[in-house]
Amino acid sequence: MIDFLTIGLGHYLTLAAVLFTIGIFGIFLNRKNVIIILMSIELMLLAVNINLVSFSAFLNDLVGQIFAMFVLTVAAGEAAIGLAIIVVYFRNRGTIEVEDINLMKG
Amino acid sequence: MSFAHDYATAAPEIFLAIAAMGLLMLGVFRGNGSTRLLSWLAVLCFAITLIMVLRAPEASAVSFAGMYVADGFTAFAKALVLIASAAGLIMSLGYIKEEGMNRFEYPVLFVLATLGMLMMISANDLIALYMGIELQSLSLYVIAAFKRDSLRSTEAGLKYFVLGALSSGMLLYGCSLIYGFTGATGFDAIATAMRGQEHASIGLIVGIVFLCAGLAFKVSAVPFHMWTPDVYEGAPTPVTAFFAIAPKVAGLALFMRALIVPFLAISADWQQIIIVISVASMLLGAFAAIWQDNIKRLMAYSSIGHVGYALIGLAAGSAEGVRGVLIYLTIYVVMNIGTFACILCMRRRTGMVEGISDLAGLSKSSPLMALALAIFMFSMAGIPPLGGFFGKFYVFIAAVNAELYALAVIGVLSSVVGSFYYLRIIKIMYFDEPAEPFEGPMSFEMRAIIGVCGVFIVFFAFYTAPLVASAQIAASALIP
Repeated sequence: MIDFLTIGLGHYLTLAAVLFTIGIFGIFLNRKNVIIILMSIELMLLAVNINLVSFSAFLNDLVGQIFAMFVLTVAAGEAAIGLAIIVVYFRNRGTIEVEDINLMKG
Repeated sequence: MSFAHDYATAAPEIFLAIAAMGLLMLGVFRGNGSTRLLSWLAVLCFAITLIMVLRAPEASAVSFAGMYVADGFTAFAKALVLIASAAGLIMSLGYIKEEGMNRFEYPVLFVLATLGMLMMISANDLIALYMGIELQSLSLYVIAAFKRDSLRSTEAGLKYFVLGALSSGMLLYGCSLIYGFTGATGFDAIATAMRGQEHASIGLIVGIVFLCAGLAFKVSAVPFHMWTPDVYEGAPTPVTAFFAIAPKVAGLALFMRALIVPFLAISADWQQIIIVISVASMLLGAFAAIWQDNIKRLMAYSSIGHVGYALIGLAAGSAEGVRGVLIYLTIYVVMNIGTFACILCMRRRTGMVEGISDLAGLSKSSPLMALALAIFMFSMAGIPPLGGFFGKFYVFIAAVNAELYALAVIGVLSSVVGSFYYLRIIKIMYFDEPAEPFEGPMSFEMRAIIGVCGVFIVFFAFYTAPLVASAQIAASALIP
């Protein structure tokens, strides 16, 4: 009973895997708004961070946490560039509905 | 290792990083009028970096606590990337002026993207790998959307960003699993952890699969190629040219190092993934391009196919295979620079044209350009004695020697199918009714680039030996 209640590495990995999957589905199933895609990307990167930090704690090794810091920093830059591109796109098209991003087939 | 040693190993990258900052400051103070000056200065910086890369000692040097490596392999790949970037930037000059993209950020972003590629090539650690890829990708997202009043260009940038960020996420997830199941992020440390193991644990395999998926995205291999045709079509043409050459070299170099150095002990496990990716890319590149009528879209499918051929060498997993990939990449870069230089000269009074039918009767209106384009197309189709044939020859030989007969046979067959659409372009240029001629005359830079590439491809057969020898040295740095 106690054993069942302690949170181990497996729980963290499952949580990260679930979040990561939600992120991927958010990108592919969403037909509404590009901002939601941006949020899904962020979710995927945070799932990776959970993975890295829990491995780091489990392995008693600091590298994973350093990696997580780098991921956080780059994610911020990535979001900034993504938003900038969305703004430029919105000026040309007047909408950021995912269904309208279809000038080129594919 | 000492502080000075660390910095000596990474000197070319440090120089390029400082140069990028300097160029940015110059651009900010002098305004958009200085774009041309900045572009030539950027080319000069690439040249200086190239000299630094080539003058570095041959022996393998690892620095920054094992994160960073410089050896014969990195020198070869970096030289290729630098030449490709410089050519891409020179090709852009006329275009960005004509199309109102003449802003000083353009050359600066090129330098930053190239810096990212050099870091990818030198990465010897998952963290360094990720940082290099992101520096390259973030610059490329912006360059793709650089023509910011064009809907097509911004849409290309948006698509590239969304799918690129997705691929970064998958790559990172793979990295986190690899870290968790081996306990290290350095390639050498992982290799030590893997030593003596016949088979990897299931978690590690999942990690490698995600890593391969992320990297396949970056080099646009099937099944992660869906962004390629759209981005290539939508992005401004010189940007497409840059996308088709430099990031492929860096991506494939990274692909080889990230699989071979840490995971050579379990190569049987990842070889299957690479074989599937390679076969799918070759077949899609051969068949999907047949129905295209936009030349940039056609080049996108062509590049997918070429990545498939290059991956054959990686699937072989031997020094010979790596040598084959490097030779293939060299010839691929030259062919693509030449082809895109021709595409950039497809200009009428009304603006740029991109349809394959616009090439009709080119042999009458500008015979030299038609001849050059015909040479590049024959070479891409792999017809001897042009350069493209030797590229394919060395990867197929590597596959046969690694007993991957089926892979080699599929490769040969799909290159036969693929030659259909290359030959169709030649047929349109030489035998169709002439369309309206393009606006002449070409600028001196374009003529020089097309001329040099054409001569390289035609006379490649006479000087294969030096290239093969240097590729051999480079490959033996990766697999001793």
